Amino acid sequence: MIALLERELRLALRTPGDSLGAVLFFILVAALFPFGVGPEPAALARLAPGALVAAMLLAALLPLDRMFGAEAEDGSLDLLLLSGVSPAGLAMVKAAGHWLTTAVPLLVAVPIAAAMLNLPIEAWGVAMLALGLATLVLSLLGTLGAALTLGARRGGVLLPLLVLPLAIPAVIFAAGAIEAQASGVSPRAFLLFLAAQAALLAPLMPLAAGAALRDA
Amino acid sequence: MDAAPTSTTLAGPPGRPSKGWHRFANPGRFLRLTDRLLPWLWGLALVALVGGGLWGLVWSPPDWQQGETVRILYVHVPMAWLAMGGYVALGALSVISLVWRHPLADIAARELSPVGALVGALCLASGSIWGRPMWGTWWVWDARLTSVLVLFFFWAGHAALSRAFEDPERGGRAAAILALAGLVNLPIVKFSVDWWNTLHQPASVTRLAAPGLHVDILYPLLACTVAFSLLFAAVVLARVRAAVMERRVRSLEMAAARRLDTAS
Repeated sequence: MIALLERELRLALRTPGDSLGAVLFFILVAALFPFGVGPEPAALARLAPGALVAAMLLAALLPLDRMFGAEAEDGSLDLLLLSGVSPAGLAMVKAAGHWLTTAVPLLVAVPIAAAMLNLPIEAWGVAMLALGLATLVLSLLGTLGAALTLGARRGGVLLPLLVLPLAIPAVIFAAGAIEAQASGVSPRAFLLFLAAQAALLAPLMPLAAGAALRDA
Repeated sequence: MDAAPTSTTLAGPPGRPSKGWHRFANPGRFLRLTDRLLPWLWGLALVALVGGGLWGLVWSPPDWQQGETVRILYVHVPMAWLAMGGYVALGALSVISLVWRHPLADIAARELSPVGALVGALCLASGSIWGRPMWGTWWVWDARLTSVLVLFFFWAGHAALSRAFEDPERGGRAAAILALAGLVNLPIVKFSVDWWNTLHQPASVTRLAAPGLHVDILYPLLACTVAFSLLFAAVVLARVRAAVMERRVRSLEMAAARRLDTAS
């Protein structure tokens, strides 16, 4: 499994354009809000937590539909499934790979987007922590979504449709944590809820995704 | 790539009596059973619908606070209950489909979800129409409303996913996994939305403090619930029947085409 994870990371490093594309998309979506709401700093700061979380999740969704697609097409997915690694283990590696290759670059870009949205600087650290946990939840859910829609017609359209409703709790708590910190309240409860979600989904989602992969 | 032991042609194999409730998974027996059951179901649903409708819309008194708009609830509440109860049924069908690989459970789940999505949409729409005169707004990001909206998304996603594959069996399996994931996630969504609401949103709309329903309203409501449940069951069973027969027709056509192939 370590070797598989290494393979994921190396593949991502060879094509850094994918991760960079997601980062640019994230910043662009964040930049759309000032155009839509108007450049008033107070209004932007009020909007910033939700806008950050929404932009982040949308950006993290982008590479999901190719998560298993390319490997299913060239046949390496079948080989991976035959290699003795359990499908659930493979799904776990894929989720970890997605988080490391997509979410981590996005997290690095969070201060840029936060500055554009006029989020108070005290909340940046909590924002990165909350978004890190929220993207972890999304990576787990997204792996299931990618495994389910593998081989579907219009799978790319279907995937966000399936994953986003499931991700609503993560959005609520991530935005709650950022907003709490920005207004001077302890974000601890929100962060704990987020971490609990990630801990609950971490064993369940790879199992479900593995079951879906076996049928694919 | 597990070979499903049950025949996918859905031609009910004669003989071989099966035990327990598994015998209802035999499509041939299902067709024979529903053939006798459905006319009764339609009839009962029609009678209950006319009766419940008249009772709710004409005979029952208007509410002293809400006036005539209370009648919207005779549609709204049954729809909400059906959307939730139906999802439990979808979860049960998904377990049956994943564990025992009954093709009939796949078909039933596939035919159930559009009806569930429709019921969810009707629940949201009727609630919205009721909310306009009562709360003064079409939509509130209240915990209840939001979790029903999410439930509707699950229904719609299931309906879309189960139809997204060339191979209906693969679609059924994927949709079953999705339904179970939704079942696990549904309480989380429900409670997170509750917490979100209490932590964040001050009550912008005075909710009616759950009034104990008077029998004048409760009985027609129950009548309407029975009526809509019967209608729901009739519609779903009719859809499943149609889907089973459609598959039979297709497999017969395939067999005929194969015969032509070997003959030439």
